Order: sequence, then structure tokens, then C-alpha cells
Amino acid sequence: MKFGILVNEGPYQHQASDSAYQFAVAALAKGHEIYRVFFYNDGVNNANKLTEPPQDDRNITRQWSALAAAHNLDMVVCVAAGLRRGIKAEILAPGFNISGLGQLIQAGIEADRLVVFGD
Amino acid sequence: MSGTQAGEGGNSKVKRFMIVNRKAPYGTIYALEALEVVLIGAAFDQDVSLVFADDGVYQLKKGQQTKDIGQKNFSPTYRALGDYDVEKLYVERESLQARGLAPEDLLVPVRVLGSTELSVLMEEQDVVLSF
Amino acid sequence: MAVLHTTNKSPLQTRDLESCLRLTRPGCGILLLEDAVYGALKSAEGSDMLAEAAKDRRIYVLGPDLAARGFTPEELIAGVTVVDYGGFVDLVAEHHHVQAWV
Repeated sequence: MKFGILVNEGPYQHQASDSAYQFAVAALAKGHEIYRVFFYNDGVNNANKLTEPPQDDRNITRQWSALAAAHNLDMVVCVAAGLRRGIKAEILAPGFNISGLGQLIQAGIEADRLVVFGD
Repeated sequence: MSGTQAGEGGNSKVKRFMIVNRKAPYGTIYALEALEVVLIGAAFDQDVSLVFADDGVYQLKKGQQTKDIGQKNFSPTYRALGDYDVEKLYVERESLQARGLAPEDLLVPVRVLGSTELSVLMEEQDVVLSF
Repeated sequence: MAVLHTTNKSPLQTRDLESCLRLTRPGCGILLLEDAVYGALKSAEGSDMLAEAAKDRRIYVLGPDLAARGFTPEELIAGVTVVDYGGFVDLVAEHHHVQAWV
């Protein structure tokens, strides 16, 4: 089955991105396809490569990048929500791409299920 | 539907998208950014409907004056939704009543539905985006 | 095919679960994750409301979130099912669509 995932909160402040990540890992482990992960609202902050948590904490941005690399995930950051929060191409972590909200609608159309993680 | 009528996205598939608004405007950005999703969804020729429940009904309150909080008053956009062929606006009756509001207090015409009717409508969707 | 609803906040703190129950119908599934797991504890005020809902809806609790918060499945009200992330994935696949009560 093809899943779309929408992440609406940034890293650390809320559990949403962690939950979405765990969901994605479990879905891939079960042989499902992730059609796209779309980052919206403060969720765009997950793509910030300058993210640097303490060493004993998880690096959420790096986790997403690694998952994308391992599974060729399409991870899209909303351009408008990103610009509003200073998330631009020059600070994007590997695996993230900037595109329009149309990519969210497209994910809703093409994926069998769209799962929203927010707060 | 033939591809000739497709909009910006060039989609031949039409799904029922419902945007569920349950948060008040200005205190958080969810209402404004949900509205941006609605406009794009309409550009993709999808069957888009909006639900306002809980504090989300406050998004439609008439008379919003935001000058002194330094934010843009985006409430007139709800009145322009018809221009984008977004005409399905639903408000939960129980949420309105709990806030002492009546349909006349809202800045656009909406369909007021009881929670049971609304829950049926929500079940009939394909994609539900909650903000 | 029924609908899966997810809710992630403690009902002792917000009214999201209450709204979810008001606006959902018998036969649906409701998954409590993140802070919503507190709502399914026997010891939590108001969990009788959820126990009532469990009579005609399937209530699920995300086990990893429960364990992270220091509680065990034995402390949950009767009639709820504990799932892991794989179970969460299965639930999404088995339902027609998912609605988040964020």
C-alpha cells in the first residue's frame, strides 16, 4: 500500500515528527511504500540542516535524511511555509526538497492513505 | 472526468478532500495555513469541503479587526472561496451553540450540521486534512 | 470500510478526545497515541467515557507511548487493544481513511 505522511510540527517541541518517523520506519519494514512525506506548518523546521541537538539526543533531521537515503523517500518541504520560517535551499538537509503545496494535494490523490501528524 | 478539464495539477482523479478546522485564528497559524491548502486543493480540481468545529468556528466570526495585533486579517478570504469553486462549508451546530454563536454571526453562508450528520459526512471522505 | 481516528492529547488537558467521540460513529476505530494514552488509564478521571465508547468502537492504545510514560497495559481500562507502530500501520491500511484530531 502507498502511504502519504503529513508532518505539521517541528522537531523536539512536539512528538509529531518522532511519531511520523516511527510510523514511516514501521510502514517500510512491512513492505509498504511511502509515496511522499510532506512537511507543512512548523513541520518545515524538520528540514533544517543546522539542527544540532545535544549528543545524547536523537537528531531528528538526520534521522529523516538517513531514512530518505535508505529508501529513496520523496520528502517535500512546503515553499511558502518554509520561506515564512527561513527554511530555504541553502539550509536544507540531504533528502529534503522544496516545492509547492500542490505536492501535498498530489500525495492525497496518489497515496492510498494520507496520515497526518500534528498537535 | 476527461483530462481536458483538469486544472493546475492535470489530474484525472478526483478525490473527496476535507479540511477540518478546529482551532481559532491568530493565536496559532493553523487557520491561515489551512486556508492556503484549501485554495491549492481547489486549483487541483478536487472535491474540496471545509469543516469548522470546536474553536475553528471562530475563524468565521464577523467583524475581525486585527490591526492592533499586527497580523493580517485573512477572514475576507473565506468570502472569496466561492470564486475558487469551494462552496462546501460546514459548521458543527454543537460547536456554534457552545460558543453562543448563530449563523448570522458568521461572515459567510455555511451549512450548519449536527454532530451526527457531520460525522456521516466525514466518513464519506477520501482524504481528511486536520489543522 | 470504517474510518480510523487518531488523537494525541491527554483528555485531562484538552477536549480533543471529547470532540473525537462526539463526531465519530459506532464501528470506527480510535487510536490513542502520544499524550492521549493517559486517557485510557483506569486511574484517569473521565476514562469511563472512553470505556463507554469502547462498547461500539474499537479503541487502540499505542504501546510504545504508554511504556515511555511509565504505564503498563494492565493499567488500562477494559476493552482497549495495545498496538505497536507496526500495528498502527496495519490499522491505517485496514481502514478507509485516517482522520487526526490534532
